Amino acid sequence: MASQDITPVGADSAKVSLLNDPRIRGYIYQAVVLAVIFGVGYWVVNNTIANLQRAHLASGFGFLDGRSGFDISSHPFTNYSSDSTYITALYVGFLNTLLVAVAGIITATFLGFIIGVGRLSHNWLIRKLCTVYVEVFRNIPPLLVIFFWYSGVLAILPQARQSIALPFSTYLNNRGFFFPVPVFGEGAWLAGVAFVVALIGTFFVRRWAYKRQMATGQQFPVLWTAAALIIGLPLLAFGLKGFPLTFDRPVLGAFNLSGGSLVGPEFMSLYLALSFYTASFIAEIVRSGIRGVGRGQSEAAHALGLRAGTTTRLVVVPQAMRIIIPPLSSQYLNLTKNSSLAVAVGYPDLFAVGGTILNQTGRSIEVVAIFIIVYLSLSVATSLFMNWFNAKMALVER
Amino acid sequence: MADNNLSFVRTEMLQGQTPPIGERGIVRWIRLNLIATPIDAILTIFAIFLLAWFVPPMINWLFIQASWSGADRAVCSTVAQGGVMPDGWSGACWAYVNANFNQFMYGRYPLDQHWRVNLVGIIFIILLIPLLIPKAPFKVPNAIAFFLVFPFFAFFMLVGGWFGLTYVETATWGGLLVTLVIAFAGIAVSLPLGIVLALGRRSKLPVIKMLCVIFIEMVRGIPLVTVLFMASYMLPLFLPPGVSFDKFLRALIGVALFASAYMAEVVRGGLQAIPKGQYEGADPLGLSYWQKTGLIILPQALKMVIPGIVNTFIGLFKDTSLVSIISMFDLLGTVRQHFNDANWASPQTPISGLIFAGFVFWIFCFGMSRYSIFMERRLDTGHKH
Repeated sequence: MASQDITPVGADSAKVSLLNDPRIRGYIYQAVVLAVIFGVGYWVVNNTIANLQRAHLASGFGFLDGRSGFDISSHPFTNYSSDSTYITALYVGFLNTLLVAVAGIITATFLGFIIGVGRLSHNWLIRKLCTVYVEVFRNIPPLLVIFFWYSGVLAILPQARQSIALPFSTYLNNRGFFFPVPVFGEGAWLAGVAFVVALIGTFFVRRWAYKRQMATGQQFPVLWTAAALIIGLPLLAFGLKGFPLTFDRPVLGAFNLSGGSLVGPEFMSLYLALSFYTASFIAEIVRSGIRGVGRGQSEAAHALGLRAGTTTRLVVVPQAMRIIIPPLSSQYLNLTKNSSLAVAVGYPDLFAVGGTILNQTGRSIEVVAIFIIVYLSLSVATSLFMNWFNAKMALVER
Repeated sequence: MADNNLSFVRTEMLQGQTPPIGERGIVRWIRLNLIATPIDAILTIFAIFLLAWFVPPMINWLFIQASWSGADRAVCSTVAQGGVMPDGWSGACWAYVNANFNQFMYGRYPLDQHWRVNLVGIIFIILLIPLLIPKAPFKVPNAIAFFLVFPFFAFFMLVGGWFGLTYVETATWGGLLVTLVIAFAGIAVSLPLGIVLALGRRSKLPVIKMLCVIFIEMVRGIPLVTVLFMASYMLPLFLPPGVSFDKFLRALIGVALFASAYMAEVVRGGLQAIPKGQYEGADPLGLSYWQKTGLIILPQALKMVIPGIVNTFIGLFKDTSLVSIISMFDLLGTVRQHFNDANWASPQTPISGLIFAGFVFWIFCFGMSRYSIFMERRLDTGHKH
């Protein structure tokens, strides 16, 4: 090789062109990229201003105080009317997004864990059933599942007059799912207080039991104590006041159902579809998490004399959770983002309400900016929470 | 020993006896797989009840009661609903799918020009199959033809206006055609763009790194509908007056940018899994950054993340259905558009159409996931513990 060409470093470094110095080249690249970005940004802003002026559109967030003038079909937590402001409308939409996301996350987690464990069952039939479920729902667009529930199933339910009666005086018809609402009478607050007291008591019992186990090795049945406290104490308080509880039941009238409360088909189809769709992904995450715990772990636990249930609870699950949590949190985020598909069936979530406002006012930039800010903060909040949870569950190495 | 009449030594091997009935064949299988424990038995009974409750009505609805052909809604509705079926009838309305099949595949693409779509489809398959078979030769020219030449060919063929082909507006496209075009274009753009973004995110140049991080995290944090909304409402504002993009193209840009952010994270996973020695080994060989990346790092990193890449493709394919929200007619959008067709409106129409669309989506996505599992096994060079 041309070894005679090699000269000591530094001997002729003065001759090296500045362009061949990686550091200088890095600066030049970055300067060029920045210049291009700023150039394009300047061009875009200029065009936007010109376009807005040409269309006589105002800009700024001042319009949010204006009267909205449209109705929102579902506003469970707030007093909303068409006289409310745009910002109230967006707030209602945001609450609706949260509602469907939280409900969906809870159901999807529950369903996903059952199916994920089912895929590892020794029972051939259960295993195959769970596999079919996962393979079907994982490979179909969520939007299609939403429409399946909305126009395929819920829309062809009978009319109110021929409502399908279900147990616990609930009814199902093409206007939604009707269910009784509990009405608390005089003195029901005592049960609420008892519930809070029970929660606090459980917390202290748990701490005490943990300390005692650490010190003496003796176990205390915390779970049963907690169950007795949390269920028993409010029930006792309730009983003392003579059960001041009545139900406002839906009653089937000549043309319609009256009384009770109603979940509309929009919410139901979105909630069912998001839960079913996400559950298939969670099932796969759970399966791989449990499979990821080495067989030696449970064999060692059996050798120590732990029973199957105890092994699962104390050895397998804590280790599997470590594998499960990171991908699980991204599934939660996906579900929250997919809740924006509500717009397709007219459930008034943030995105649908924002879309209506956009059509009314033409403030596309402001509305899209609100979307981005809200969804990004939801994402950041979820990932912060899951990171904290993950850090709590993570392996404590010594 | 003198007396050897009493021999206790057997001279030939005894034939093995057949195992007891409970330890062989179907009985053993049932015992081990269905009724191993009391809980297992209960679960089996539960599953059998579930299947008995669910499967026969489904088969009945899907096939036996289904109406397979007919000209309008009469064949799919009962007498009370103004049709010919007896009251209480309920079955799939495949006649509706049958009658609108062309629409579901091509949308409103002119009927006499369908051969152009078919030709593009055939060439797509001809180019794709050898690319998917690991042993087929000419991988590099094949890939170039597929990813670089074919898109232009498909564009000229489908849009037309050149070489005597009549011009076909993208507004008339619809059905599976739109789904496949968006999915393919999204894949062809998002893979290279995702690689560039992933490399940028791992770059040592702070400005480039930050720009890539901002883009990736921002796009991943918002739903695709928002991106599509931006593409369809805000992009026109950003351009000089008079310049306008085709709506189809805007949706394409939105989908491709969205997918590339996810792709970037998948590729980054692969890049992070490459041992440092690979980078350090390339440096003393005198390779430049691009040589090192292109010849040493990327081939290993991409191979490692093939399952993740295919998963992103599957996600992208499913996400194409969202363009129906900005009123474009992909497969799902076209099927939904035809629910409201007065000719076919009946209680059974929507669910039949959706099951058909779901089945088509399912075939594509399931095929892709099976292929990814196959590739994973093939490329597995045996580092499993």
